Amino acid sequence: MKILVTAKRVEDPESKIKVKTDGSGIVQEGLKYKINPFDEIAVEEGLRLAAKHGGEVVVVSIGPKEVQEQLRHALAMGATKAVWVNHAGALDPMSAAALLKGVIEREKPDLAILGKQSIDDDQSQTGQYLAEWLGWSQGTFASKVESLESDAEKAKTPAIQIAADGKSAQVVREVDNGLATVSVKLPAVVTTDLRLNLPRYASLPGIMKAKSKPIEELTPAALGVDATPQVEVVKMSAPPPRKAGIKVGDVQELFTKLKNEAKVI
Amino acid sequence: MSTVLIVAEAQPDGQLRKATLNAVAAGKDLAQKVGAPLHLAVLAQDPAKLAETLKPYGAAVIHTVASPAFAHYVAESFAPAVAALAASIGADFVGAAATAQGRDLLPRVAAKLKAAMASEVTAFGGSGTDITFTRPMWAGSVIAEVKLMTPVKAFTVRATEFSAAEPGGAPAEVKAFQPPAEVASSPTQFVSFNEVKSARPELTEASIVVSGGRGTKGDFKEIEALADELGAAVGASRAVCDAGWVPNDYQVGQTGKVVAPKLYIAAGISGAIQHLAGMKGSKTIVAINKDPEAPIFQVADYGIVADLFKVLPELRAAIHAAK
Repeated sequence: MKILVTAKRVEDPESKIKVKTDGSGIVQEGLKYKINPFDEIAVEEGLRLAAKHGGEVVVVSIGPKEVQEQLRHALAMGATKAVWVNHAGALDPMSAAALLKGVIEREKPDLAILGKQSIDDDQSQTGQYLAEWLGWSQGTFASKVESLESDAEKAKTPAIQIAADGKSAQVVREVDNGLATVSVKLPAVVTTDLRLNLPRYASLPGIMKAKSKPIEELTPAALGVDATPQVEVVKMSAPPPRKAGIKVGDVQELFTKLKNEAKVI
Repeated sequence: MSTVLIVAEAQPDGQLRKATLNAVAAGKDLAQKVGAPLHLAVLAQDPAKLAETLKPYGAAVIHTVASPAFAHYVAESFAPAVAALAASIGADFVGAAATAQGRDLLPRVAAKLKAAMASEVTAFGGSGTDITFTRPMWAGSVIAEVKLMTPVKAFTVRATEFSAAEPGGAPAEVKAFQPPAEVASSPTQFVSFNEVKSARPELTEASIVVSGGRGTKGDFKEIEALADELGAAVGASRAVCDAGWVPNDYQVGQTGKVVAPKLYIAAGISGAIQHLAGMKGSKTIVAINKDPEAPIFQVADYGIVADLFKVLPELRAAIHAAK
């Protein structure tokens, strides 16, 4: 089967994000960039499915030439080939979905796996827009019943269950108050939640091999997409700081403060 | 004529999900700023009872949308109905609570309506046609004001940021809306729901939350005992959910639940930014951690550097004795 996965370039989740004093954006100096952690989970799931069912994993990223680092990362993990949509400037979920739709119509995968959200915008929309515009099933927030320390995880078993006839797949979704299982008709869009899998590290041979794997370059124009963002950020600011708290010496003092000062118990 | 449409949500047991009332309050606020009436949509096999429940909460019109296809929620059944309703009433704002269902459904509705969308909105600004949506980015490290440039605008609201709507005022008019045939031909089928049953309050609705982190080493007995003494919900950091020590549903953070209770007790939680994003709106925060350098202390109103297995039983005994 052919699986398409995404690899958005985002700020390292460990970095401290600071807002520029004029509110026009975030301070870029000193920031490190990574593949969106949810996309890395998508790449891993794609690789596991390809290992089990045979086939190839195509990784896509949208952005300036720097996103090739994230594509190379996914190739080093084991993806077969990469598509780079060369695009400068702001990207919103609608534009990302429109561009991905264009790539999918060329690549014709059986399954598209995306991170459920990117850790910069935190919108969690692209997969759903994409599924609707393709007229496909969506299985968002994909997770699994087994924990990340289970034997199934250690054996790198894919969590997405492809039906024997290859026409549908079962996806376990992380929802409020539990796990919901749905059957999606293939082709489908799946978006990954945190506990779908633990992504592998790229091996040294993997990194070497990735250097010679192909990266195809496309543009919004070539895909016939107007990528003008429809979500316009007017202003950014830092959240109001919490006032400094105090350390208490013992439990009795804590209890007294909670009861008489904060009046919360 | 401008209209704000809020999609109500039923729990699997058929009852109204409480976050809907927070979304209704948000919808009222927006409707007032835009100068538009507030409409609600109730989708269910038999929506009459939910519509009745919602009648006194201040909406002008409640649209009931009935179909056997709505027995179990799937986006591909619900989205065509919401989009068709929004188009038929000329809604230019379509929203819902940022629950798992709202986050799954609204982008699909937005896609049908070619609407841009703002997720997890915490406030609305401006007025008339010049509305801005305030929402967190980068796990709450940045608060952004955004504008949606499309004629129809979609959003989800963070329930903890809007006080639940109160009943009172003129009852809403209830109208039935006939959903399009498409709702019955979803390519996605519901298979099963594995519910995490708990006698404790729902995490996002509780007024007190007691959370455990890696410091518990997976032993949640003391966390649960204190929670039960306080009538509180139990939460957890990502690490303990990843390890499978507690259900995923307990996770508080950027990618889990966002909570804002009056009291949040973090025991054995270091305070990674992803966790803080989910709880720093709490009114009072208590941190219990053996490591005096743990970042959780930077947001805590009261911190205690000690072993949680010693602190929690003592605190529980003190609370019990004062009852």
